[in-house]
Amino acid sequence: MLRVEHLTARYGAVVALRDVSMHVDEGDLVAVVGPNGAGKSTLLNTVAGLLKPVNGKVLLDGTDVTGADPARLVRAGLALVPEHRRIFRDLTVGENLQVAGITASAADRRLRLDAARQRFPILDSRWDTAAGHLSGGEAQQLAIARALMSDPKLVLLDEPTLGLSPVMTDVVFDLLAELHERGRTVLLVEQNAHRALALADRGYVMRPGEIAAEGPGAELAARDDLFATYLGGGVG
Amino acid sequence: MSTFVQTIVDGLGRGSTYALLALGISVIFGVMHLVNFAHAELITVGAYLAYFLSTRDINWWVLAPAIVVSAIVASVATERIAFRWVRGSSPFTMLLTSFALERLSHALWQVFVSPTKKSFAGPAWVFDTFEVGGIRFEWMDVATIAVTALVLALTAFVFRRTLFGIAVRAASEDFDAARLMGARANRVIAGAFAFAGFLAGVAAALILMRSPSAEPALGSDYLIKAVVAAIIGGLGSFTGAVAGGLALGLAEVMLRGYLPEGVWERLTDAFVFALIAALFIVRPQGLFTVRSAERV
Repeated sequence: MLRVEHLTARYGAVVALRDVSMHVDEGDLVAVVGPNGAGKSTLLNTVAGLLKPVNGKVLLDGTDVTGADPARLVRAGLALVPEHRRIFRDLTVGENLQVAGITASAADRRLRLDAARQRFPILDSRWDTAAGHLSGGEAQQLAIARALMSDPKLVLLDEPTLGLSPVMTDVVFDLLAELHERGRTVLLVEQNAHRALALADRGYVMRPGEIAAEGPGAELAARDDLFATYLGGGVG
Repeated sequence: MSTFVQTIVDGLGRGSTYALLALGISVIFGVMHLVNFAHAELITVGAYLAYFLSTRDINWWVLAPAIVVSAIVASVATERIAFRWVRGSSPFTMLLTSFALERLSHALWQVFVSPTKKSFAGPAWVFDTFEVGGIRFEWMDVATIAVTALVLALTAFVFRRTLFGIAVRAASEDFDAARLMGARANRVIAGAFAFAGFLAGVAAALILMRSPSAEPALGSDYLIKAVVAAIIGGLGSFTGAVAGGLALGLAEVMLRGYLPEGVWERLTDAFVFALIAALFIVRPQGLFTVRSAERV
C-alpha cells in the first residue's frame, strides 16, 4: 500500500533522513521505533506531505505522491495523527470532527460523525466543549477520531502515547489494536518501542537518519541487542 | 441627555464601518498572519465603480450590491495576483507586498482616472432625520447600525455553523493541521479573502452613501482606523475586531462632541491615539486574547 524508496529529507543543512526505504502492506500495522532525533517524525511528515524530500519517492497504492499537498493525500486515503496531536483548541470537539470530515459528502460526514460519537463516548459527552479543555487522553482520542473521519486506507500515528498516563496509554494501545483488527492499515511511530513492536506485524528500528533493522514486530521486540544499542535499554 | 444618546448612535454608526473593516483584517490575519495594508483599497474600488455607474444614472439599489460585489472580486484578485506568490515568505515580505499594493492602487487611479476627487449623488434620504422621545436621529446612522448588525449575525452564522467557516477558524489556529484534515489551502485562503472583501464592500457601500465621492487615497484614512480597531481588539480575534471598531467609533465621536470647539476639536485623533496608547500599556495583547495563528 505504502512504499518509500530512497527517501532523503533535510531541515536546512541538517540531513534528517538519508536514503530511507520501507513499505507498509495493506492491513498491516507497522511500527517505527528509534531514539529521539532518529528521523521517525520526519519520515511521517514527509510521507504526509508536510515536508518535501530532496530525493526519493513516496508511492501510495503504486501512485507517486512524493511531495504532494497534504490535502490531496487525505483525498488519496492517507491520514496523519500528528505529534502533539495538534487538535484545534478553540474549536469544539464536534467542530474538530466536522472539519476533519471536510473531504466527505454531507451525508457521509453525518454518518461518520454518528459513528465517532458511538465509538468515542467520552467525546460524545464533551461534544460542545472547546477541545482545549480536554485532558491529554481525551485529546488523543479526539486526534485519532479526527483522522478516521476521512475514512483513510492508511493511518499514520506519530507518538500517540506521548505525555499520557499509563491508563490512557493502555486506552490508546487498545484503540490501535482495534484499528488493526478491523483491517485498517497503520504506520505507527512510537516511543514505547517494546509495546509497539509487540503489537506490530512488522517493524523498523531507526538510528539517526537511517533504518538500522527491520523485520517481524515480535522478532524485533525480542532482540536485546537492538534495544541496548538504539533504544536505551533491555527488552524488559 | 438627548445629545448624549445622539452621540452614542453617531458613534455606533461610525464604529460599525470600522468594525466591518477590522473584522476583514482579522479574518485575513487569521489565515495568513498578514496585516493587509491594502484592505481599505477595496473601498476605493467600490467608490470608483459607484462613480462610473452613477454617471449612467444607475440608482443606489443597484449601486450598493455592485459595490459589495466589486470589493469581493477585487479582494480575491489581490490574493490570486499578489499574496499567493508570497504566501511562504517572511511576514515582512507579505507586509511589504500589501504596502506595495496600496501604493500601486493609488497610482493606478491617479494615472488612469484622475488625481482629483470625483463626486456623485448619494441617496436622497441619507441626511433625513426622525424623532423618538424628543431625540432626533439620522436614518443613515440607524441603517448603518442595522446593516452592520445583520452582517455580523451572518458572519457569526458562517463561522460557527458552516463547514467553510469552521475550516477557516481551524486554519487560523493551525494551518498545517487543517491541511492534514483535507482543507485545501488555496480555497480556504481565497474564501477568507472573499469574505473579507464582502465585509469591506458592505462598509464601502455604507461609507459612500454618506460621502459619495471617489479619490485615489480614499481608503487610507479608513485603513489606519481599521488596523487600529483590529489591534485594539487583539489581532486575529473576530469579536475583538468588532469591539475595537465600535470602541474606536464611539471614542472619536464622543471626543469630537465633548471637547471644546477649535483647537481641541482638531486634536480628536491625537486624543484617540493617546487613549489607545494608554490601553496598550494596560493590556498589550488588546481587549481580547488570541492564541497566535500559524502562518501558511
